[in-house]
Amino acid sequence: MAADATVFPYGLRVLVVDDDPTWLKILEKMLRKCSYEVTTCGLARVALEILRERKSKFDIVISDVNMPDMDGFKLLEHIGLEMDLPVIMMSIDGETSRVMKGVQHGACDYLLKPVRMKELRNIWQHVYRKRMHEVKEIEGHDSCDDLQILRYGFEGFDEKGIFITADSDTTRKRKDLDKDHADQDSSDGATAKKARVVWSVDLHQKFVNAVNQIGFDKVGPKKILDLMNVPGITRENVASHLQKYRLYLGRLQKQNEERILGAARQDFSNKGTSENLNLRSSFQDQPSNVSSGYPHASQKIQGQSSMLDSQLEDTKCTVPLPASDKSRNSVNDVADSQNVADASPLSGVLSFKGLPVNQDNNPSETMIMECQTWNGGVPSKQFMQYPKHNHARCDLLGDYACLPKPDLEHPAAPGNFFTPPPLISMSCSMELDARNFSDVKPALLDCIKSLSPALTCTVDSVSVQLSDSVVTSTSSDRKFSTVEGLPYFDQTNSQGPLFRSQEPSTTCGLDLASLPEDLPSYPLQGVPFENIGLSSIDLFHYNDTMLLAGLQSNWYDDQEFISETTDYPLMDGCLFA
Amino acid sequence: MQRTKGYLDEQFCQIEDLQDETSPNFAEEVVSLFFKDSVRLVTNIEQAMEKYPEDFNRWDAHMQQLKGSCYSIGASKMNNECTLFRNNCGQENAEGCMRSFQKVKREHAILRQKLESYFQLLRQAGPAGTATRPAGK
Repeated sequence: MAADATVFPYGLRVLVVDDDPTWLKILEKMLRKCSYEVTTCGLARVALEILRERKSKFDIVISDVNMPDMDGFKLLEHIGLEMDLPVIMMSIDGETSRVMKGVQHGACDYLLKPVRMKELRNIWQHVYRKRMHEVKEIEGHDSCDDLQILRYGFEGFDEKGIFITADSDTTRKRKDLDKDHADQDSSDGATAKKARVVWSVDLHQKFVNAVNQIGFDKVGPKKILDLMNVPGITRENVASHLQKYRLYLGRLQKQNEERILGAARQDFSNKGTSENLNLRSSFQDQPSNVSSGYPHASQKIQGQSSMLDSQLEDTKCTVPLPASDKSRNSVNDVADSQNVADASPLSGVLSFKGLPVNQDNNPSETMIMECQTWNGGVPSKQFMQYPKHNHARCDLLGDYACLPKPDLEHPAAPGNFFTPPPLISMSCSMELDARNFSDVKPALLDCIKSLSPALTCTVDSVSVQLSDSVVTSTSSDRKFSTVEGLPYFDQTNSQGPLFRSQEPSTTCGLDLASLPEDLPSYPLQGVPFENIGLSSIDLFHYNDTMLLAGLQSNWYDDQEFISETTDYPLMDGCLFA
Repeated sequence: MQRTKGYLDEQFCQIEDLQDETSPNFAEEVVSLFFKDSVRLVTNIEQAMEKYPEDFNRWDAHMQQLKGSCYSIGASKMNNECTLFRNNCGQENAEGCMRSFQKVKREHAILRQKLESYFQLLRQAGPAGTATRPAGK
C-alpha cells in the first residue's frame, strides 16, 4: 500500500538496516514517532531480499554504513540499481571522505550517529525530491535535445542522473511518451507521475539480455525497451536504468582494476614515472561525482569519471605506472576531452588539468575507460569504450593500473544473492558512447596488454570465483532467508519480544560475521573480498565469463594486440565495435 | 540519575524521551539490549585479540562496532575508552590496546551496575522518574 498521499509524509514506508540491534530499536521507535511505517532489518542481505520481494512497498531506505555482512555502500548501490529507492546512510564516522563516498555511491543523505528525531522527521524530502525528478525526467525526454537533457540532468544531478544516451529516441515526440504512459501498467496505481518501476532480478536480466542482443555500441533505451517487451515499463525507465547500470559497471571496473593492479604491483614496480604520479594525483583530487546517473554518452568524461570513481579517493598507494608514451597520450586524451566537455555536469568533478600534456594527442580524442569489472579478479570486458575500429595502442589502462590499492573499507560480502545478467553484453553497450568521439585513441588493447601481467594472477580466480559464486548464491540465499523469520522484521511491537528476538538475530549476526571464512566461493589470490558484494551483479552469465577467462588467457600469451583482434571476437564486439 | 552523571550523555535522555504509553519501559529495554549486544561485541574483540595478535585493523573494526553501540545509549565514558583503544590501534601499540581494552571492559561493567541500580530505583519510585537533563539541553 503506498503512503497516503493526502497526508504525506505520514505513513512513509521506511526500511531501516543496521547490524546493531540497539540502534535498530531506537531508530524504529523514532521513526514510528514520526508517524512513519517502519520495517527493521539487521542484515544487508536480508534487506535486499525484502526489497526484492516486496517491490515498491517501501519509499525510502536508511542504512548503516558499517555492517559486517555487507558494506553499506554496496547495499546502497544495489538498491539504487535494482529498486531505485532513495537511500540514507548512517554512520558514527562523519569524515568527509566517507560522506563523499556515500554520495558517490548514490546516497541521498548521510546522517551522523547519534541520529536525532528531527533529522529523521525530514527524510521524507528525499522521497519527494526523487518523485519530482522522475516527473521532470519524463517531461524532459520528449522534446529536448541532448543539451537540454544535460541541463535537466545537471539540476537533478544529485538525485537522479538524467543523462540520456545520444540516440534518436531522445527527440521522440510527446505523443509517443503519452502512448507509453497509456500502456504502462502501474502496480502502484496510475498517477500523473510515472510509476516507479522496480528492477527485479528478472527484469534486469531481460534488460541485459536486450542490451547484449542489440550490441552495446548500438544500444539505446528505445531498442532495449522494444526487445525487452515487458509491459509496464517506459523508455524512460529503461534509460535511467541504463545510466545507473553504466555507472555501476564503471565503478566495478575501477574497483577490480585496482585490485588487479594492486596485486600485480610488483610487475610494474620498475616502471614508475612521474607522469604517472601526476596522473594519479589529479585523479585523486577529483571529487566524487555521479551518484545516480550513468555516464552520459556524449560525456566522455563521464565514462572516465566513473572510472575515476570513488575508489580513487580511498587510494593511497603509489604504484608506478608502466612507462610508456602511450600512457601519456591517453592521459592527455582524458585531459583534453575533459576540457572539451566543460559544459558537462562532471566538468567540475573531473579536473584533468593537472595531467601531463602530450604532444601527439588529438584534443578531440577521448578515451572512455570504464575499466574492466575486475570484480574480485574477474575482468569483465565491458568497460572500455573506444571508437570503433581504433586499435591504436594506448596504455591508459596501464596508467590507471597505478591507481591505488583497492578499497579495503568494504568488508567481504560473501555469496551472491541474485543472478546477474550477462556482463559481457554490457561491455558492448558501453560502446554506445564511442559514437560521440570523432577519433578516440583506443587504448583498450594496450591497456589490457599492460595489465596482462595482472590478469595472469586473476584469471584463475576468475573462473573459480564464477563457478563458486553460482553455488554460493543459492546456499547463501537460503542461509540468509532463515534470518527473515526473525522478529526483527516488520516489528510492530517493540516491547518484550524484542529481547527474545535479539538472540536469533544476534546469532545470525555472528553467523554472518563468520561467513566470509565459511564461503569457499572466493578463493581470490591476494585479492580482497571487498568487491564480492557486487559480484552477484558482475558475474553475469557464467558461460560468458568463462569465455572471458578463456580470452584473457590469450592475453598472457601474446603481447601484440593488434593482430589479436580477431582472436577475441567477443571483445571486439564489446570493446571496439 | 546524578549518580550516573558523566557516564551517560544527552543521548540517554533522548531515549527516555522516546518512552510513551505504547512503550513505557522503552529506556530499560534499550539498555538491556545494549548490554546484551555489547557483551557479544566485547567477546568478539577479546577473541580477535587472542586469535589475531597485532591485527590492529581487525581489532579496530571490532571496536568500531562497540563504539557505535555506545553511541546508541550515550555511554560516554565507555565510549571514550573505546576511542583510546582505537587510537592505540592506530599507533599499533599492542600493549596500549590491552590496557585500553581492560578499561573498556571496566567501564562497561561499571555502567551496567549503575544502570541496573538506576532502573531499580525507577521501579521503586514509580512511573514519574526519568533522568535529569543536563543543564542547557
